[in-house]
Amino acid sequence: MPTFLTIEAMTVAAAGAPRPLVENLSLTIERGRVLALVGASGSGKSMTCLASLGVLPPGVFQTGGEVRIDGRSHTWQELRGRHVAAIMQNPRGAFNPVRTMRDHAVETLKALGRFDSDADDRIASALIEVGLKEVKQVLPLHAFEMSGGMLQRMMIALALLSDAPFLFADEPTTDLDLVVQMRILDLLERLVAERGLGVLLVTHDMGVVARLADDVALIDHGRLVEEGPVEAMFASPRHPVTRLLVNAHLSLYGMELA
Amino acid sequence: MSLLQAEALTRRYRTHSLVGAGVARTALEDVSLSIAEGETVALLGRSGCGKSTLARLLAGLEKPDAGKVSYRGTPLSMLDRPARRAFRRDIQMVFQDSPSAVNPRFTVSAIIGEPLRHLTELDAAEREARVSELLEMVELPASIATRLPSQISGGQLQRVCIARALAAGPKLIILDEAVSNLDIHLQTAALDLLSQLQRSEAIAYLFVTHDLRLVERFAARALVMDEGRIVEEAGADGLAGLKHPASLLLRQAVLPALPRRMAEHAKVQPASTNKADALDPV
Repeated sequence: MPTFLTIEAMTVAAAGAPRPLVENLSLTIERGRVLALVGASGSGKSMTCLASLGVLPPGVFQTGGEVRIDGRSHTWQELRGRHVAAIMQNPRGAFNPVRTMRDHAVETLKALGRFDSDADDRIASALIEVGLKEVKQVLPLHAFEMSGGMLQRMMIALALLSDAPFLFADEPTTDLDLVVQMRILDLLERLVAERGLGVLLVTHDMGVVARLADDVALIDHGRLVEEGPVEAMFASPRHPVTRLLVNAHLSLYGMELA
Repeated sequence: MSLLQAEALTRRYRTHSLVGAGVARTALEDVSLSIAEGETVALLGRSGCGKSTLARLLAGLEKPDAGKVSYRGTPLSMLDRPARRAFRRDIQMVFQDSPSAVNPRFTVSAIIGEPLRHLTELDAAEREARVSELLEMVELPASIATRLPSQISGGQLQRVCIARALAAGPKLIILDEAVSNLDIHLQTAALDLLSQLQRSEAIAYLFVTHDLRLVERFAARALVMDEGRIVEEAGADGLAGLKHPASLLLRQAVLPALPRRMAEHAKVQPASTNKADALDPV
């Protein structure tokens, strides 16, 4: 099994924009650890994530950089689903509205060439693992019949079906109810511990970072400006933007940086 | 007399499909509350607990199936034309999703000016002056007035919506998850701005949210809702005393202030308020 994934010198530009959205950004994600990619809205954190998976929106292009696993370069087709699974903000938009959950699970397995006679068992065990225990009731449902929390669990179940060692999670709990958020974060923590998933967690919420991250990388205007263990980031942030984010977060708890 | 009072409000929603009416779902049941001038009340609860429904009933956007909302002692259904106009002017609302709360073809100046056209007697020149004043109040540059919503950031647009709510000189602003979509530092900045406006303009707020942390910071009194009912009220002594299971669950879901390994001993110190005690980060 691979042990680390590196995003190397990633550069992303929008057509007609004077400067790149992401500039020469490098990150390393280790198995069994959570790296939080943090920054304000519009800082380029989602673009980094999308570019690394080769799914940039129209009008935005990767102009440099690559993704390596254990030092070996891969095409996106090899990466997506096999080495890296992804979950996104707003899971509702990620499902086909006229297909059932079972259809999605089957499609995922077929795309990976793993649709064998044991498919039903694999699907059931993935659903149980993410806490969708009523497998028979959940599989015939469409996205509109499910809550945001159930859909995010289903997304994670689809990610697990792939057995990918790395997970990119882009604002996975941002639109969810606070209580649902707590449960999804608990689930991700358990999967990291039990399966040794390596997670790239994109978020703007320092509370989520404090809850789940081992390491933090801070991005500002498309550039990596600070990187380190989560404790250092909270105790002695160096960059002004990190200080701003940490201070704003702590002020919610009536605390401030020393 | 309270500014706005709700008595035993009940609201049901019925879903309709091609094959006829479905089962009615009770979104709100027997809810009473009152808001005095200049006070800040928080309405706290999970998604689907009925807090937005209550906010909409209080703003007069929907009618209750039972119970009544009274504005300065008069039920909304009994208000005459001038009183209804005064109600519309005094009670304003700011929504969570600001892009869908504005007309995308209106400039910022037209968005903020709209309540002035309908609810005040100001002429065009006076309206323009008032719009500039409001932009200054919410700390936006005057140059933004000619832009369209799509040309400004989400945080700026939320401030435009706050400026619109402030335009006609309201007595109460209902903030329905109005800052939830913003980055944390923008959320705290927006709340600081609202607190400051409360002091200068004596505005009352009904602050609808699911985030306990913001409640501690912003509101003097908090009501916790669960399954369409108000289940608990926290007073000035803070949220530490909340006991209802729904309140405890919300408490438990509050994200930690600090990473686990440094939560006990850290360089980070509690500031000189008692908020840290009420919201223990562990």
